[in-house]
Amino acid sequence: MAELAVDKHVKYILAVEKNKDSFESVVMDHLRMNGAYWGLTALDLLGKLDSVNVDEVISWILKCQHESGGFSGNIGHDPHILYTLSAVQVLALFNKLDVLDIDKVATYITGLQNEDGSFSGDMWGEVDTRFSYIAICCLSILCCLGKINVEKAVSYILSCKNLDGGFGCTPGVFCCVGALALTGSLHYVDKDLLGWWLCERQVKSGGLNGRPEKLPDVCYSWWVLSSLIMIDRVHWIDKEKLVKFILDCQDVENGGISDRPDDAVDVYHTYFGVAGLSLLNYPGLKAIDPAYALPVDVVNRIFFSG
Amino acid sequence: MDSREDDGGEPLSRMAEWRDVTPLPQDDGPNPVVPIAYKEEFRETMDYFRAIYKADERSPRALRLTRRAIHLNPGNYTVWHFRRLVLEALNADLDEELDFLQRIANSNSKNYQLWHHRRWVVERLGANAGAKELNLIKKILSLDAKNYHAWSHRQWVLQALGGWEDELDYCQQLLEEDIFNNSAWNQRYFVVTRSPFLGGLKAMRASEVRYTVEAILANPNNECPWRYLRGLYKDDIKALVNDPEISSVCLKVINTKNNYVFALKMLLDLLCHGFQPCHEFRDSVVALRTSDTDPLDPDLSMAICDILEHVDSLRASYWIWRKNKLSVAAV
Repeated sequence: MAELAVDKHVKYILAVEKNKDSFESVVMDHLRMNGAYWGLTALDLLGKLDSVNVDEVISWILKCQHESGGFSGNIGHDPHILYTLSAVQVLALFNKLDVLDIDKVATYITGLQNEDGSFSGDMWGEVDTRFSYIAICCLSILCCLGKINVEKAVSYILSCKNLDGGFGCTPGVFCCVGALALTGSLHYVDKDLLGWWLCERQVKSGGLNGRPEKLPDVCYSWWVLSSLIMIDRVHWIDKEKLVKFILDCQDVENGGISDRPDDAVDVYHTYFGVAGLSLLNYPGLKAIDPAYALPVDVVNRIFFSG
Repeated sequence: MDSREDDGGEPLSRMAEWRDVTPLPQDDGPNPVVPIAYKEEFRETMDYFRAIYKADERSPRALRLTRRAIHLNPGNYTVWHFRRLVLEALNADLDEELDFLQRIANSNSKNYQLWHHRRWVVERLGANAGAKELNLIKKILSLDAKNYHAWSHRQWVLQALGGWEDELDYCQQLLEEDIFNNSAWNQRYFVVTRSPFLGGLKAMRASEVRYTVEAILANPNNECPWRYLRGLYKDDIKALVNDPEISSVCLKVINTKNNYVFALKMLLDLLCHGFQPCHEFRDSVVALRTSDTDPLDPDLSMAICDILEHVDSLRASYWIWRKNKLSVAAV
């Protein structure tokens, strides 16, 4: 069986972070904050977060914060809840949450909650269950979850169709399960039913797909796997086969991981592949928390430090 | 991206139209050492965009500039948002906007910003846009029949603007092209349960069961129709158990001794919910055994779990759990 080419992946991620001229970097310009989260979290899981200049990263992140308290995807863009979470997560990685005016960030997020408990992505209104998870995860990291109407947020999530084992989409399932996990509301989930639908995502190659009769993709090694772990049903898939699938998606020459074997790599799939392997207890990787999508030691530091 | 959408790529600094504008550079450090052509065009366009955005200039040239910026980076949500402000200020022709979105749809088919913008446009166009929009989405789906964004948008259009009449036929057509298309099965479920013209799930159930059974018999290893069957009996498990068509298709597939995993799973669910099998069912399950080492469990449900533990080995732990749950329930 192949092994995880740790050094190659570290080199790949660092190169992507530094290379502002590549085509990939141009089209990802507006979501650089997400890219930073994927790359830096993967580096931390690989034990190499210290390869990066902390001060440069923090200084850039703070330049992305707006008056409203929200963060944009890059300097000069508008704030959005997506990038606010990534910014907070990256600061948590570096144990630099203290550079934040937490009330300000919390105000931005609470302002995005709607009457029905749902969340908009920004002041222009698009609603999505992704944003519910993001709001809850972000405020939970900042230890001020109580600033939103949690009850309404939970009932909105439960009203969405992702959890009935029916025809949902798996990133949606992850967002719903994650949000319920973080608000202590997993008892509302029929774990056997959902677990069965999720474990049926594993195909012969060992990879996971997102919906019936679709091809496996490494990113589902996160969306499906973390959901299974949160509802305590991960033993219902063949973990070894999934490990093998993820390892087969590596580019062992140049570093990076792709969606499926022999496709082009990108930092998004590199993060999800490494995170998936971490969830599967692949040796040598730091443990990752399935709900916060941050290393366990980072989460512990938030909640248990003096 | 479609190159016709980018004004030909001529540098803005050389265009007379933009002479009065001072571009605003991004404020984050020294310029890269090796500028690449498309990178230069991107930087220049965004510098001019920043200037216009800061000045809040909602003019025809601003509209053209957002189109250029979208061409270069369609994920930039700030540009899309500003484009909406300009469209409103100019009271622009939104039919043309829809045509523009359609032209760039295929290279951006999974772009959240594009679909959000599209919904905004269609909302403003109102009921008259429904039929045209459904047709345009069909074209997008003809290139990628499982695009989740396109399907979500289509469902929203149907609910907001109508057009249900031909939707079941459309699902039929897609399934004829690819019976494994889960999105088409999903849409079929959506139409059958929500179309105001079909009478609702219960009224449609019998004919839908027949259709689904046919699909199963043609490809018993297709996960989609099996899930669809369950959906047809959602919240009405008794009716699922009592429908002879369901148990019958399980029996037929198991008897072929080929691609019978889903059939076994369905039979197990029926048994767990009170189905009383005649001896034929046990005979057909017994006939699946290839090794004679252990006798089959006298309880049919347990026997099925044993078989599935071996033939659906990826999920062996699940089947062991399931069998255990059965023996606990039996006590």
